[in-house]
Amino acid sequence: MDRNDLKVRAEGDRTIVITRSFDAPRALVFGAWTKPELLKRWLLGPDGWTFASCEVDLRVGGRYRYVWVNADGSRLTLGGEFREIAAPSRLVATEVFEGEPQFGEGLSVLELNETGGRTVVTQTVTYPSHDARDNMLASGMEAGMASSFTQLDDLLASEAVAQGVGP
Amino acid sequence: MNEMLRAEHLDQTFAALADPTRRAILARLAKGEASVGELTAPFAMSQPAISKHLKVLEAAGLVSRGRDRQRRPCRLEPEALTRATAWIEECRNLWERRFARLDGILDELQQQAEVAEEGRNGQE
Repeated sequence: MDRNDLKVRAEGDRTIVITRSFDAPRALVFGAWTKPELLKRWLLGPDGWTFASCEVDLRVGGRYRYVWVNADGSRLTLGGEFREIAAPSRLVATEVFEGEPQFGEGLSVLELNETGGRTVVTQTVTYPSHDARDNMLASGMEAGMASSFTQLDDLLASEAVAQGVGP
Repeated sequence: MNEMLRAEHLDQTFAALADPTRRAILARLAKGEASVGELTAPFAMSQPAISKHLKVLEAAGLVSRGRDRQRRPCRLEPEALTRATAWIEECRNLWERRFARLDGILDELQQQAEVAEEGRNGQE
């Protein structure tokens, strides 16, 4: 069982696509993504951030609101409106960071595909601008700066093969 | 570099990387510097078209041009690319930790479902 098949990629200049498979039927995965008591246990922020509150009104036009707080009392609030609910296969919602109007409104599409009791989840978040997307985690970037050149080589090598200009 | 400037630079990097021809140019430059002519050869594209892509890559800090007036060789500047991959890596780390917790919860839910099932069978 491969639990480490997570893929995160930037698509174009304002979309992020996250893919991961889970060893569970999609009804359970969908539940874990939409029930506050379960969300609170896994959808935490970066280290040190915990849930202050988690509210979900799961119906089309209903809203959700997640509030995270860190040790120094700073808060981060993400909320939005459900646009499309097709349990347990698809969930579409808007996404807005409260108090950060410059980021505007994003759109998140969650898709769950089940095969033989395993579920592949694809989450596609499209931000209103590339600024919004890149600002999302810009503050955490210093930590990741040490990222190795091997990784860079791999990226370029895979591109080279894809483009047919490789060796 | 301050936060705003850095984020702005990253925008340009991602915008530059969004194009397959530009990514192929970077892949070629990862093997060593090259002139515009050498870069044009593998593509069904004119030299001016490739030069246009190079200008975008230069503005994004991904490529620099040499001083040799005749040839002006293009060189990969890996630092901008490293920043972009570091950003993706940060995002990946966050979700990796979240999903590891979610795995645990899903296991627990499935065990509970099994126990409930056994309980029902036992009562029959």
